[in-house]
Amino acid sequence: MKVLLFGTCLVDTFFPEAGEATVRLLRRFGAEPVFPKGQTCCGQPAFNAGYEAQARAAAEHFLWEFDGDDPIVTPSGSCAAMVKHHYPRLFRDDPKRLAKAKRAGERIYELSQFLVHVVKAHEAGLRGKGTVTYHASCHLTRSLGVREEPLTLLSSLKGATFIPMPDAARCCGFGGTFMAKLPEISCALADEKAASIEATGADTVTGCDSGCLMNIADAMRRRGTKIRVAHIAQMLAEGL
Amino acid sequence: MSHEQTSLAFRENTVRALEDTALRAAMKQAADTFGTKRADAFAPVADLEALRDRASAIREDVLANLPMYVDRFVASATRAGATIHRAKDASAAREIIAKILSERGAKRIVKGKSMVSEEVDLNSHLEAAGMEVVETDLGEYIIQMEGESPSHIIVPAIHKNRRQVGRLFADRLGVPYTEDPQALTKIARKALREKFLSADAGVSGANFAVADTGSLVLVTNEGNGRMVTSVPPLHVAILSIEKMLPSLTDLPAFLRLLPRSATGQTMTSYVSVITGPRKAGDATGAKELHIVLLDNGRTEILAGESRDILKCIRCGACMNVCPVYRTVGGHAYGWTYPGPMGIVLTTLLTGMEKSHPLVDASTLCGACVEVCPVRVPLTDLILGLRQRKVRDRFSNPRERLGMEAFGKAAASPGLFVLGQRLAGAFWPVVRALGGKDVAGRMPAPAKTPFRRRLP
Repeated sequence: MKVLLFGTCLVDTFFPEAGEATVRLLRRFGAEPVFPKGQTCCGQPAFNAGYEAQARAAAEHFLWEFDGDDPIVTPSGSCAAMVKHHYPRLFRDDPKRLAKAKRAGERIYELSQFLVHVVKAHEAGLRGKGTVTYHASCHLTRSLGVREEPLTLLSSLKGATFIPMPDAARCCGFGGTFMAKLPEISCALADEKAASIEATGADTVTGCDSGCLMNIADAMRRRGTKIRVAHIAQMLAEGL
Repeated sequence: MSHEQTSLAFRENTVRALEDTALRAAMKQAADTFGTKRADAFAPVADLEALRDRASAIREDVLANLPMYVDRFVASATRAGATIHRAKDASAAREIIAKILSERGAKRIVKGKSMVSEEVDLNSHLEAAGMEVVETDLGEYIIQMEGESPSHIIVPAIHKNRRQVGRLFADRLGVPYTEDPQALTKIARKALREKFLSADAGVSGANFAVADTGSLVLVTNEGNGRMVTSVPPLHVAILSIEKMLPSLTDLPAFLRLLPRSATGQTMTSYVSVITGPRKAGDATGAKELHIVLLDNGRTEILAGESRDILKCIRCGACMNVCPVYRTVGGHAYGWTYPGPMGIVLTTLLTGMEKSHPLVDASTLCGACVEVCPVRVPLTDLILGLRQRKVRDRFSNPRERLGMEAFGKAAASPGLFVLGQRLAGAFWPVVRALGGKDVAGRMPAPAKTPFRRRLP
């Protein structure tokens, strides 16, 4: 099955290992990931800051690059939510693009969604090691409604122990441009999240969004904590 | 006392709040408690989603037909014997209330909790006219004594701990220091009893106004609301026009949702339904009832793209779960209404020029949307206001340039890749420019981006 892979600008630029892990996972489970070469960013930075025209430009480009009927897979809950929920709003006055946007929203999967619902990766007996806890990122959880899939995948890892984190779905303080506009609160929230992670005693924290993981990793650095921060794609791909 | 709006200094306010360890501890504890109690209170409500749908639909109907419901309320309340006053804005509301009170020679006023009275800054105006105004809700009583404004719409002194209240009471009331909540409550009750019994008038707000019957509905816990509205001979109620409910049969849905959302209670200690003043044969009630209906920009909001904020029933659930609010408290927002609903309402009521930093005071995490009992799309409303901020040119010029460049790069793969390479090559410069706030918290771009690692 051919799938169009949307790497996301953060993974592409800062966290290519998460992208590579995504490709390995998809191939292992029989999907054939194709990376549309012209892809850029879903437009979320502009959209969330109120720059509708710029977000629309990014969205138009995305719809062009990801045109067709193949499923779209992305290792980010936030970017998937942008396409699914906000693209239709951006094109509310443009019937032709609105139809495409809605179609793209139906085709797009966040990685853990695809792995559980389409290829049943949790039944494959992947290996893991150590203790792992999970941060439930905001848009993944509340906008896409993906709550169980990452837990299903993580608890299926043979040899790893999953430790739930209290208030796992509380915001880490990233918020895209929020981290730049109100850095003091952003850091305070990241500290609170880091403390919750530390309290689990896990040696690794994982999640489905690179932005949040980046923010959490920064808090860990500031606090001198040695807990590993890794994207769920990396956690899973290590057990292949 | 009067409180100047400080929403423009939101970031500075948050920095100060973050350094206040007592405030942060009090906020965290209170927000966690309310969050847990709310979840427990809703756990047995099997039809919660249907209930929210119904309440949301009722509120939508009210907004769609607001002038009709207001007219109906005015007619019914007048028939019941109340006198209705329409106040276009805050100053009109203050004038109307001051006139009602002074014409009747009222000197001592007891007040029930009312955020609308905070919105119009009523107390300072009445005090300037020589009246004594005593807040009788325990939290309001505390912050009035401290010279502060409420930092939460339901729990006005949420930012204070009992030791601070103990010291305040000892200082101001000359009582021996105690930090026992029950003892503190008794002290306040004793002081307030005298005020109730000697008051010339009571001023209250209202949670709902029932159009069919002309009734005011007050949902309270301490009993002070009932005292304010029934002990003094004169009762003046101030409420904003969107508080309408079509009929009493609509009330139960809201009585199930409001206390659970607000304080995690299945029901409050008191629900008062006040229909007109005391009639012959009534055992209690004010002899005279005046109702001030405040617009203050709401008719304009109703006609605009942010109208859904007027569905809000002021439960405060959105602030209890908001990561920003629970970290910095309500005063940082710099005006009457804090938290997610406050971001929207403050910006709309006071204008973008006085409040634009507030629209950025959200991570868009959506926790507020998840708990709102009447399904106000708070994050969508905040996003809409961010778009307005950009349109009205209140956004930072450097950010604007950056976003314009982003828009071009996002639509052009060549530019995007160029930007990616430049960021990588000049990362130390980017980091220096962005400072510790942004670039300092991000790793350097990968030497080889994902797109060039693909086999």
